[in-house]
Amino acid sequence: MGRRAALSVGAAAAAAGALATAAAMKDSAPPGVAAAPPHDGTAAEPFHGPRQAGVETHAQAHAAFVAFGLHRGTDRAALGRLLRLLSDDAARLTRGEPALADTEAELSLLPARLTVTFGFGPGLYRAAGLAAPVRDLPGFSIDRLLPRWTGGDLLLQICADDPVTVAHAQRVLIKDAVPFAAVRWVQQGFRRGRGIQDDTQTQRNLLGQLDGTRNPEIGSPAFAAAVWRPDGSSTVVVRRIRAEMERWDRLGRRDKELAVGRRLDSGAPLTGVHERDEPDFTAVDAAGLPVMPDFAHVTRAHVSDEALRILRRPYNYDGAPGADGRADSGLIFVSYQADVDRQFVPIQRRLAERDLLNEWITPVGSAVFAVPPGCAPGGWVGEEVLS
Amino acid sequence: MRAPRFLALAAAGVLAVSPAACGSATEAADAPQPSASGGFSVRDPWVKAADKGMTAAFGTLVNDGSADVTVVAASSPVSPMELHEMAMQDGAMVMRPKQGGLVVKAGGSHVLEPGGDHLMLMNLTRPVRAGDEVTFTLTFADGRTTDVRAVAKPFTGAGESYAPSMAPR
Repeated sequence: MGRRAALSVGAAAAAAGALATAAAMKDSAPPGVAAAPPHDGTAAEPFHGPRQAGVETHAQAHAAFVAFGLHRGTDRAALGRLLRLLSDDAARLTRGEPALADTEAELSLLPARLTVTFGFGPGLYRAAGLAAPVRDLPGFSIDRLLPRWTGGDLLLQICADDPVTVAHAQRVLIKDAVPFAAVRWVQQGFRRGRGIQDDTQTQRNLLGQLDGTRNPEIGSPAFAAAVWRPDGSSTVVVRRIRAEMERWDRLGRRDKELAVGRRLDSGAPLTGVHERDEPDFTAVDAAGLPVMPDFAHVTRAHVSDEALRILRRPYNYDGAPGADGRADSGLIFVSYQADVDRQFVPIQRRLAERDLLNEWITPVGSAVFAVPPGCAPGGWVGEEVLS
Repeated sequence: MRAPRFLALAAAGVLAVSPAACGSATEAADAPQPSASGGFSVRDPWVKAADKGMTAAFGTLVNDGSADVTVVAASSPVSPMELHEMAMQDGAMVMRPKQGGLVVKAGGSHVLEPGGDHLMLMNLTRPVRAGDEVTFTLTFADGRTTDVRAVAKPFTGAGESYAPSMAPR
């Protein structure tokens, strides 16, 4: 629909161009051109349901990840008050309605597929006097973690196809959270703009690699097996991965492909032709060396058992470069899995051990959260955990 | 060309006089309260969280009945209350007791919001913390009452100056 509308705009503009000079067009475009309808602004993702939105949801173009540290004294009762407020805000904003006491009510009217996904860190369960279903990740030898991107008791993953919508939702939610918690870190990221590519197409990270080829398909039994627990809960790992762009630039294309184990253009494994071809780890070249090197990222990360896969739902970040032009770019790595210890940790261990890509990427932040089930209308996220 | 639709959306969101908008509000934790006065409800009630002193409550008074109603008083276990309006006085906006109460026309609604008419909590006897629910009782001109449950929101606005000297007793 978006594409068709864009084409018709193009056609109308071309027709108008035959009659008008460029200057005239700029000042008085035909009404039919100027009034092209918005495509996705009013599109809404349901907030309520047995599972939280923002996980089995085609990744929106923009995201903010906000992690809070609970104030001392924020106990189980206070957490209930906090989560009622935040759930009500999320329910209204995702419908395209202002939150209660919304000081910029008009900014709430275009939800642009807004989702707000709640994650509970180990510290939240401690504060509530409850056993936590997640524990802090073990250290990995490649980690260079900075406190400013690490940990957190409560995570809000705010995603929408529009950055203004994300900014407003972030503001509303933070305002309601500050009596209970301090903002520990915020990571803002982006993917391709909505409609630029088909939802099902694998996107590229800023290293130019296709990222997420092996993701379980949304709506499939494989997705449910890998991501959801029977009660509708899950877990999320958020890691900030700095890309060493200057060192990456020095690599030739062939070496980049060997480091990953995939072709840069098609994303096909080095033993295949198409992106989704299964890699053949037994194939050897004329010299008898494995075509998929043992040190390649894909070789290290490979998981055969579908239920042990993870859902990668990453966003790029791109800060301002330094005066010397050095990039501040990388990936907000986000993975959802039913069980962190069974799924994420073994993969990350194998990568830390011997992934050639480690030469060009550095984890600088890390956090893990349980993702409680969703809630019904009138309920709140975390109700069955905290009540 | 799109402006009218945008405004209409805004109106539906804030005033919520249409049945559809009222229906969606019932999904929220603080749905309109069942009322002793037929067809009267308060949509999206909330109160500004405060530790002590004065604070205020807001929301949209909705009258789906066939007769006008007048809210003449409000009360709460946590504070004495007054009905207030904002008015220009000596070149500054001040709040003061609303003479004659809050009138909600039949089939109409009346918005209580920061900077406008509101329900004033004059002196809290206990803190109203963010996320707390506070119960108010509204009294109508005919003596009937209705209870409203409002959620407490952290809110830094609504810091109007009060002109109690205007208060007729």
